[in-house]
Amino acid sequence: MPATYLVSIVILGITVVPLLYVFLDGARSTAQISNSSTALPNPWVWSNYATILSSASFWEFLGNSALIAGVATALAVGLGSMAAFALSRYAFRGREVFYTLFISGILFPIGIAALPLFLQLQLLGLLDNQFGVALPEAAFSLPITILILRPFMRAIPGDLEDAALVDGAGRLRFFVQILLPLCKPALVTVSLLAFVTSWNQFLLPLLVFTTQSHFTLPLGVSTYQSTYSADTALILAFTALAAVPALGAFMFAERYLVAGASGAVKG
Amino acid sequence: MTRSTAADAGLTGPGAADTAAPGPGAVRRRGRSRLRKLRKATELTILLGPGLVLFLGFVLAPIVVGAYYSLYDWNGLGPLTHFWGLHNYKIAFNDPAFVQAIEHTLILTGLALVIQGPLSLGIAMLLNRKFRGRALMRLVVFAPYVLPPAVTAVMWSLMLQPGGLVDQVMKAVGLGGLVQLWLANIHVVLYTNFAVLTWQYLGFGIVLLLAGLQGIPPELKEAAAIDGASPWQATRRVVLPLLGPTIRIWVFITVIGSLQVFDIIFLISGNNGGPGGAADTMGTYLYRTGFQSQAFSYGTAIAIIMFIFCFTFCLVYQRYALRRDTAGALTRAVT
Repeated sequence: MPATYLVSIVILGITVVPLLYVFLDGARSTAQISNSSTALPNPWVWSNYATILSSASFWEFLGNSALIAGVATALAVGLGSMAAFALSRYAFRGREVFYTLFISGILFPIGIAALPLFLQLQLLGLLDNQFGVALPEAAFSLPITILILRPFMRAIPGDLEDAALVDGAGRLRFFVQILLPLCKPALVTVSLLAFVTSWNQFLLPLLVFTTQSHFTLPLGVSTYQSTYSADTALILAFTALAAVPALGAFMFAERYLVAGASGAVKG
Repeated sequence: MTRSTAADAGLTGPGAADTAAPGPGAVRRRGRSRLRKLRKATELTILLGPGLVLFLGFVLAPIVVGAYYSLYDWNGLGPLTHFWGLHNYKIAFNDPAFVQAIEHTLILTGLALVIQGPLSLGIAMLLNRKFRGRALMRLVVFAPYVLPPAVTAVMWSLMLQPGGLVDQVMKAVGLGGLVQLWLANIHVVLYTNFAVLTWQYLGFGIVLLLAGLQGIPPELKEAAAIDGASPWQATRRVVLPLLGPTIRIWVFITVIGSLQVFDIIFLISGNNGGPGGAADTMGTYLYRTGFQSQAFSYGTAIAIIMFIFCFTFCLVYQRYALRRDTAGALTRAVT
């Protein structure tokens, strides 16, 4: 048992200290940082945080990230659950072929496809456009969405569907009014996965956006770093604030992420 | 299995209503069944169509078109006129920088398997035990995984500066002699990047393996203990085999992820992959040569090579490892 705690403390330290460092050093002046950064800030300098929170670009990056992740998630989960319904509860020829086609998308990670994707977006006139990021992100989230949702939808008893059909509901109504509410836990999980994936995506926005007012938060962080490279404290404050939405959402959603992982494991 | 119930549902759903109401004439029945078929086809189109269009348009089409571009000499402007077959691929494999980038990518992938695997398994087992503060530990351990890699990279690149937090901490705990120029020493920088990657992604393995561990009934371990198995034996002979499918999925996802690693390397070591390209990977090489120098057809060739790495791994892995998981979702997908 003491060993458990010892190991726990080491892990805790390695994980938490970097995060604390960023938040604390964001509350120093750059001169204070170069002197010593192991003690608490003395005095606390809140001007870095204030500067960033009052700058338009931080909120712009945040808004862009939220918009893109929102659109990507809605599309991935909406279209993904429709496809998963067709692939789980309809018997038709070629069903497994379609399923395999979708799932094969796992082999085309967005990081590898980014350059060909960039050329495709150029062709479609979607460069430097929020949809040029949101649509591909939704498309690349479809495989995992379908992979998680299909077994979940399959496991819901057929009697329920029969009952709905006898009562005169069409299958599409059964899908919307009965099946989807029953799949809520799995839907929360796939939504989170799609949202986090989009929120953290760096390469695609890097290729697609040229106008700074379109940048997402991760792109903003890296731009900020190169623009204000002399002012370490300001960069740290920006980085800390950029971490807040992800960490905050995670606190609230942790159990769903774990549930999703176990869903994927059980297949 | 769930498969049969779903098939039953598909067959008995509308079919049951049909047999319950016997049609008076064969003609009318055929008309009704045609109507029903039409209706089913319409529903399927509505349900599958939009997703399929999105998927084909943004996932498959770019790869297929990219493979075609890669056979030309093309800079992204004007028509494709200069066909030169596999020349781009030949240039790539004759470029020492690319060969080096492949080596680095494979090293990072191997290290991820050998170091992150046992580490996340150990921590997952720890978190699966009951102790005070476990809930907090879980929350904390997963946190880096949801952080945007860009944030992680900027954070660590500042901490790894000479005299930065990492150096200070190491001196404070008496490891000052081991301090290196983490980002400038060409013998170290690749491993520095690996350490940051581990910090970021270890939580993923822990989440996945913990979920797998929670699916193993504790009675099994207890039964093994009653039969006289030591804790080590119970783990080795009971828990690990049952965790097999989860571990194999983790390996699959980790390898695919490592082969395309980009963000953290790019933000920590820059588009040149650090001093002397010592931390260059296929991802950063692709960005630099294909995108920044606008050699688009060359870049797509690199992307296709990366994809072939993924695909080959998947085939081999599917053949030798995943096939054993009769219940594994990925197996079902590929077979």
